[in-house]
Amino acid sequence: MQIIEHFMSLSLIRTVLLTAFSFCSAARSLSTSVHLQAQAKSKKTLAKPGVKNIVLVDGVRTPFLQSGTTYADLMPHDLARAALQGLLNRTGLPKDAVDYIVYGTVIQEVKTSNVAREAALGAGFSDKTPAHTVTMACISSNQAMTTAVGLIAAGQCDAVVAGGVEFMSDVPIRHSRKMRKTMLSLNKAKTLGARLSLLGSIRLAHLSPELPAVAEFSTAETMGHSADRLAAAFGVSRLEQDEFALRSHTLAKKAQDGGMLSDVISFKVPGRDIVSKDNGIRPATMEQLAKLKPAFIKPHGTVTAANSSFLTDGASAVLIMSEEKALAMGYKPKAYLRDFVYVSQDPKDQLLLGPTYATPKVLEKSGLTLNDIDVFEFHEAFAGQIMANLKAMESDWFAQTYMGRKTKVGAPPMEKFNTWGGSLSLGHPFAATGCRLVTTVAHRLQKEGGQYGLVAACAAGGQGHAMVIEAYPQ
Amino acid sequence: CTHEYAQQKIFIYVFFIITIILLFCSFSRLFNISSARTHVNYEIKGDVAVVRMNDPNSRVNTLSTQMQREMTEVMDEIWGNNAVQSVVLISSKPGSFIAGADLNMIQACTTAEEVTGLSQEGQRMFEKVEKSPKPIVAAINGSCLGGGLEFAISCQYRIATKSKKTVLGCPEVMLGLLPGAGGTQRLPKMLGLPSAFDMILTGRSIRPDKAKKMGLVHQLVDTLGPGLKSPEERTIEYLEEVAVEAARGLAKKQIPLTKEKGLMQKIQDYVMSYPFVRQQIYNTVQNKVMKQTKGLYPAPLKIIECVKAGVEQGPTAGYLAESQHFGKLAMTPESKALIGLYHGQVTCKKNRFRTPEKDAKTLAILGAGLMGAGIAQVSVDKGFHTILKDTTLEGLSRGEQQVYKGLNDKTKKKSITSFERDSFLSNLTGQLDYNGFNKADMIIEAVFEDLSIKHKVLKEVEAVIPPHCIFATNTSALPIKDIAAVSKRPEKVIGMHYFSPVDKMQLLEIITTDKTSKDTTASAVAVGLKQGKVIIVVGDGPGFYTTRCLAPMLAEAVRVLQEGVDPKKLDGLTTGFGFPVGAATLADEVGIDVAAHVAEDLGKAFGSRFGGGNVEVLKTMVEKGFKGRKSGKGCYIYQPGLKRRDVNTEALEILESYKLTPNAAVSSDSDIQYRLVSRFVNEAVLCLQEGILASPVEGDIGAVFGLGFPPCLGGPFRFVDSFGADKLVEKMRKFEEVFGNQFTPCQLLLDHAKDPSKKFHK
Repeated sequence: MQIIEHFMSLSLIRTVLLTAFSFCSAARSLSTSVHLQAQAKSKKTLAKPGVKNIVLVDGVRTPFLQSGTTYADLMPHDLARAALQGLLNRTGLPKDAVDYIVYGTVIQEVKTSNVAREAALGAGFSDKTPAHTVTMACISSNQAMTTAVGLIAAGQCDAVVAGGVEFMSDVPIRHSRKMRKTMLSLNKAKTLGARLSLLGSIRLAHLSPELPAVAEFSTAETMGHSADRLAAAFGVSRLEQDEFALRSHTLAKKAQDGGMLSDVISFKVPGRDIVSKDNGIRPATMEQLAKLKPAFIKPHGTVTAANSSFLTDGASAVLIMSEEKALAMGYKPKAYLRDFVYVSQDPKDQLLLGPTYATPKVLEKSGLTLNDIDVFEFHEAFAGQIMANLKAMESDWFAQTYMGRKTKVGAPPMEKFNTWGGSLSLGHPFAATGCRLVTTVAHRLQKEGGQYGLVAACAAGGQGHAMVIEAYPQ
Repeated sequence: CTHEYAQQKIFIYVFFIITIILLFCSFSRLFNISSARTHVNYEIKGDVAVVRMNDPNSRVNTLSTQMQREMTEVMDEIWGNNAVQSVVLISSKPGSFIAGADLNMIQACTTAEEVTGLSQEGQRMFEKVEKSPKPIVAAINGSCLGGGLEFAISCQYRIATKSKKTVLGCPEVMLGLLPGAGGTQRLPKMLGLPSAFDMILTGRSIRPDKAKKMGLVHQLVDTLGPGLKSPEERTIEYLEEVAVEAARGLAKKQIPLTKEKGLMQKIQDYVMSYPFVRQQIYNTVQNKVMKQTKGLYPAPLKIIECVKAGVEQGPTAGYLAESQHFGKLAMTPESKALIGLYHGQVTCKKNRFRTPEKDAKTLAILGAGLMGAGIAQVSVDKGFHTILKDTTLEGLSRGEQQVYKGLNDKTKKKSITSFERDSFLSNLTGQLDYNGFNKADMIIEAVFEDLSIKHKVLKEVEAVIPPHCIFATNTSALPIKDIAAVSKRPEKVIGMHYFSPVDKMQLLEIITTDKTSKDTTASAVAVGLKQGKVIIVVGDGPGFYTTRCLAPMLAEAVRVLQEGVDPKKLDGLTTGFGFPVGAATLADEVGIDVAAHVAEDLGKAFGSRFGGGNVEVLKTMVEKGFKGRKSGKGCYIYQPGLKRRDVNTEALEILESYKLTPNAAVSSDSDIQYRLVSRFVNEAVLCLQEGILASPVEGDIGAVFGLGFPPCLGGPFRFVDSFGADKLVEKMRKFEEVFGNQFTPCQLLLDHAKDPSKKFHK
């Protein structure tokens, strides 16, 4: 164990060394600007009387890799294990100090349907620590974290590990329903004759497999298709989408090169090299982006492979504690996890508008305005989806017609928005993204000296989530 | 002071108006040309002209004289404009591209030549469109039917939205006409003979995805949801954006005009190149048409001729045949009858009573039998919360299964998604008790047709429902006032007579008593309309309108059977007259027991006029268990899974024992047909005379949509108008001599016979 830890820290050092120069310069220039900003803010805290302060101690994630690359031969719980172990290494947390583990996942590997438990056992957590798995599409690990918050707030736990894993290199492909039925009957068939007649009933149609799709069950529409329609509804042009995608990749590259992505841990993949960097960050030129054909709506659609988030393998984990417990254990927490909301709307025409609905709701809950927020981290499912949300938030008409508000929500200023890249560039392992967003907010607040951060995300099923995060006093 | 103030206000107001009038005058003088155009305008976007259609006076666009004139003007300007390279044709009206030609335009013509002229004008206009040097893209959102479709297919490229409202089709045949502006010529070329025939002869509406597959449209555009504008508005805008891009691509030859043909298409073309094969298709189609229409509808046959002329003799002959046949068809009584039905249907899809005080949201249906479950099915998918109550678990389970199956069949046909099916079904609550009836807005009772049972149910229900709740009873013959006799609140009692199968039959007959309140009626009509029904509202009386018309005809049918006419022969005679279902089959479908029940009840109420066949024939059949289709035996023997059915010889034996000797003077095939029909028609006219019916329109609609009266005759009233009341009376007098008062024409019919200028329909 120790050897592995040692090895990992070595590789970490190497990464840091490699990028040391750019890291230093970026940090220096940032810290100066942030100082000015911070002084202008009023620093009230969002603590509420009678409500426990709950803190994010730390958060880590495996590198997010395009599916079918280095992680290709793993299983989901392997990735989850790596994230959990990384968290233990990073925090030095004694394994038996964890009261509970909640993990998110979307596309389930049927062999490890409670992936939380399998990963926890494999990561060497005490077998006395219960673990359960939650699923809520792209906000699964947000759900894992808020479940943890709930357990702590209710006084049932003090230290909970939350996280999420997604493994798109392998997905369950099933036999057809007809074939399954025949095979299940075969189990029950008693005589040879009965078995033979069942086998004889197999036709070519039985053999066509059922493939999973990133599609809504209720509408049978794939998410990319819905995103394209959403972009069209808000008049988002192809150019705007490509520009936003390019922005995401450029900022991610800068953050990666600048060593900002300190939540990434190195992971020795069995039989392969050590992986320590996200591999989907590819800043291209606008010309290159413009060449791509639409991926979902042909021939006139605007959503392409380049302005969508790609299929990703990855896992993330965070340690959440009550403030008292964290301090008692000698931790210096990174941030407070404050108010959060879940919203849901029409899964057909408003599938990806979650952030628009969730943002004002959570701000009102916290008594904040958009101007109070220093750091925005929105999940970038598609560039078109982000642009549509921004336009929806900027529209009085939309606010009045669909949200029952008097005036528009207001869009976040771009200089505070996803400045270290986002799901488009870093990758989007569905159930692992939520923890990345929260950890990134905490890190950005620390780096930039801000006080409040906001996480918002959309999810399949027409659902959405937002959470307010407050910097822990430094 | 206030007085002075008021005066001053009036003065200001008058001054204001005068100013506006003056302004308006000067404006219209300034923009003389543009202000004349109200239906079509255009905007030039770069090198693309976007032509927008919007009929300000109607919910849908039609190819009216005005629309055509303005379109011609606009197109001429565009063709003459060198800056324009391509054109987009689009409607600004949500839900309607062009719904068809203006029917009034055709109806205003008095000769076939005039109508032929209209057709030729259309043909010329679309020929110019087809030969346009600048590619024209038809951007279709909403109904694209009839002349609208013909316009679209003469354009070089078609883009349609996937909206539920977008449908393409040639419904002309359903109005006894044919596509008279090039449709019979262009569609075969575009789709191949089989698909073209299918489309033109059935008049079916084609949904966008199917249209794309068939090659009727080139490109599809999704509908959009909420954005920065209303979804409808933004969808049209989006369609326009996509169409403008396509138009540019076409002009620059980046998008090819001719599609690479697939292998199947090539094979089909090769096969079709043999005249022998084509002839075979014409024959097959002709035979099919003859089998289905019995030659009673001229339009389908003329359509085949037009297509054939175009394919075999070339376009000149084809277009000429099309315009000439179009003119002739417009003058046929069949077309007039069908157009009359179309207008009647539109009338009966409106609530002529005022808006109900309370919107019904929760329905409770009593009895989960065929009727009850059918009513539930057409309610849940319209958003009514529907309670389905039965007395037994078996009955309830069967009923719920019927609702599920009805919706699931729609899922299989892809008209709804499985998710929609599930969410519709969530509106259904099946139960055995009266739980939740205190929240019901309307009860629809569909229990067994027995007055004492209906009374029992009415009393039970009235004890648990809220004061505003309406009690509607679904009965085919029991007078509503008799049912309402035990009600504490007769003003809330009304009859709603649905027809089986409820999800297929469009008609709903609503029966009001003297005591039924106007608001109750308005509410029942509103519920029926929401259920998608065509509604007639009639007065109370034994058999109301529909059953009362059908009973004498069935009585006559029984007599004909007793006279030794075979059920198959009887069916042939009735369908040969235009009824979609033969009289013997109809009796089996309705149920011999129901027929016996009704015949006896109405016989008691109306006396010998309802005589004819011996009721005992029916009763004996019922005793032997021959209750019709539902029992497996009636006039015919029904076997599950078998389409062919044999005559029930045991039923023939019963008929033999009640044998009557036919009178040769009134027993020719034609005589038998008129014996059946004249009794139906006379009773219908009597219903109007007695005030059971409010109008001949409702009479026609009720007879055609509820009872299958021959659509080509347009209903009993239109039949009297076109056949001649005097001729009908003459025939009836002949039958009256033999059979007595069953054939005595009623006074209103006699009035019409005396004065040929009297018509039921103007």
